[in-house]
Amino acid sequence: MNRIDRCFADLKAKGKKALITFITAGDPDMETSKKAVLKMFDSGADIIELGVPFSDPIAEGVTIQKSSKRSLDGGTNLDMIFDLVVELRKETDKPLLLMMYINTIVAYGTEKFFTNCKDKGIDGVIVPDMPYEESGELKDEARGYGIHIINLVAPTSRDRIKKIASNSQGFLYCVSSTGVTGTRSTFTTDFESFFGAIGENAACPYCVGFGISSPEQAKKMSAYCDGVIVGSAIVRIMEEKGAQSIEAVGEFVKSLSEVM
Amino acid sequence: MSEKGKFGKYGGQFVPETVMNAVHELEDAYDRYKDDPDFKKELAFYYKEYANRPSLLYYAEHMTEDLGGAKIYIKREDLNHTGAHKINNVLGQILLAKRMGKKRIIAETGAGQHGVATATVCALFGLECCVYMGSEDVERQSLNVYRMRLLGSDVVPVSSGTGTLKDAINEAMRDWCTNIETTFYCIGSVMGPHPYPVMVRDFQKIISEEIKAQLMEKEVKLPDCVVACVGGGSNAMGAFYDFIGDESVRLVGAEAAGRGIDTPFHAATLTKGKYGIFHGMKSIFLQNEFGQIDPVYSISAGLDYPGIGPEHAYLWETGRAEYVDVTDEEAVTAFEYLSKTEGIIPAIESAHAVSVAMKIAPTMSKDQILVINLSGRGDKDVYSVGKYRGVDIENS
Repeated sequence: MNRIDRCFADLKAKGKKALITFITAGDPDMETSKKAVLKMFDSGADIIELGVPFSDPIAEGVTIQKSSKRSLDGGTNLDMIFDLVVELRKETDKPLLLMMYINTIVAYGTEKFFTNCKDKGIDGVIVPDMPYEESGELKDEARGYGIHIINLVAPTSRDRIKKIASNSQGFLYCVSSTGVTGTRSTFTTDFESFFGAIGENAACPYCVGFGISSPEQAKKMSAYCDGVIVGSAIVRIMEEKGAQSIEAVGEFVKSLSEVM
Repeated sequence: MSEKGKFGKYGGQFVPETVMNAVHELEDAYDRYKDDPDFKKELAFYYKEYANRPSLLYYAEHMTEDLGGAKIYIKREDLNHTGAHKINNVLGQILLAKRMGKKRIIAETGAGQHGVATATVCALFGLECCVYMGSEDVERQSLNVYRMRLLGSDVVPVSSGTGTLKDAINEAMRDWCTNIETTFYCIGSVMGPHPYPVMVRDFQKIISEEIKAQLMEKEVKLPDCVVACVGGGSNAMGAFYDFIGDESVRLVGAEAAGRGIDTPFHAATLTKGKYGIFHGMKSIFLQNEFGQIDPVYSISAGLDYPGIGPEHAYLWETGRAEYVDVTDEEAVTAFEYLSKTEGIIPAIESAHAVSVAMKIAPTMSKDQILVINLSGRGDKDVYSVGKYRGVDIENS
């Protein structure tokens, strides 16, 4: 059984919501990434997304753009990230995902990519520049390796919500509002109707991300769905404190976990 | 997966989910209006009365004599209002945006020609306009930046990444993601997610249609060769399109080789790039082994893009069109040559096509015809060409 499916089944049995966190792998270096991931799991994260840095991250706000650049400037590549996953798998059996742009998969070669995902211990892949209609080919290939390709759905998806939600696997990534990643002080989305349409159709658990940066927001948003995804707020701590950010990241993740 | 918007294996709609419905709305609107008589009539009106179409097809007698081969004709897109072919596409897209009820227009620009065209048409129709431009390009195209602001547009310098065209596109895409309900993204080339490559080509194909008709009148035959410069590829697609079915017509695209294709300083996508998916489309891109997009360089801000429109990738793969490299030095030489020989100062982008014509024409016979698509005028480039030749115009 895929670790993501097992994780949500366990959480459901306990009546709990999922806390999913994100860091960019290799920001500022792989050793810090390893420590940060293990610390976040220890502090209550259920699932972690490792961002694969890309030269042109069009779906990201400034915080993750800068983080990608720091990582790439440090020489990060996908082989090094798979090495990180091997190291992490010596210490944790919790779900790990890669969040990455489609061109970095194509350039690596899909067969080699999914073989590595399976062998090194990646459970799912999120591709922010691959909409549902273009995902068929990659999903067919991923299925053979037991890897979930995570669908995204947005408030602007409207009449496509049904199709996307009913064909989702692992979990459905619900984008909270229009715009790129990054923190928001307020949301204008009509969550009742957005999550209503998703809830009626989702074939798997659904979690919300984009702009969630505080325990208060996490608590409020988790009421609508099966979990919340927090990225930029953690990356901002990494930006401020670099290799010294482990304790602060742990405390922040703990503060999120405690309210959920 | 939908097969529409595909050119062989190239094309597609690789955009964030947030903009996917907007892409579908645009696709529906374009399908609805492209053959609508009122839309076509209005577009034809503005082409003629505002943009100065049809553009002239000029017989370059001196260049023909000097090179001693094919008869050379120059398609004068530089004489369009705003000084380049970009206005053809912008008029089409803005008339569509108006019908879709969009009040805010965003665009990316490299050399500034698409930005100027967009700012111009927005001024004409009273629409809010915001143009994203790489900070490097803002620097080297300050004249066009001033023109855009004069026309009432916001110009936002983009310093992320390499501070050039691709980064301006990234930022425009982010804006679009954020302001999706109110905003129309007016893409300037035959690139991006479907329907842009098809739509922009359709708005530019008037170039080849006019060339064909004008040459029929002057020579009663088809050209033997059509040459155009290629960055994203809109003027070339426009100049090639109506000839794709005429197999006797050789189609040649000129890519920017910058300081040479064996240096890291070039933008020769088809010569040095490989298959990938970026900026909404499957195409050919300059990238490293891990799929990170390469920084690119050309003296011409309009050609330094690390990708190419998907239909060009298809024409290249099938061999229907050929693509050759032109260095900065060759382009500057052609820039000076056309200025002195015909009294026409070409855009430095278009000078890449002139350079190819200077090589090909002498190999052709005197009864053959070569057409150069002169996509824009060169006033904006005088400063940077001067600098290239060691003349500081601003401080002399």
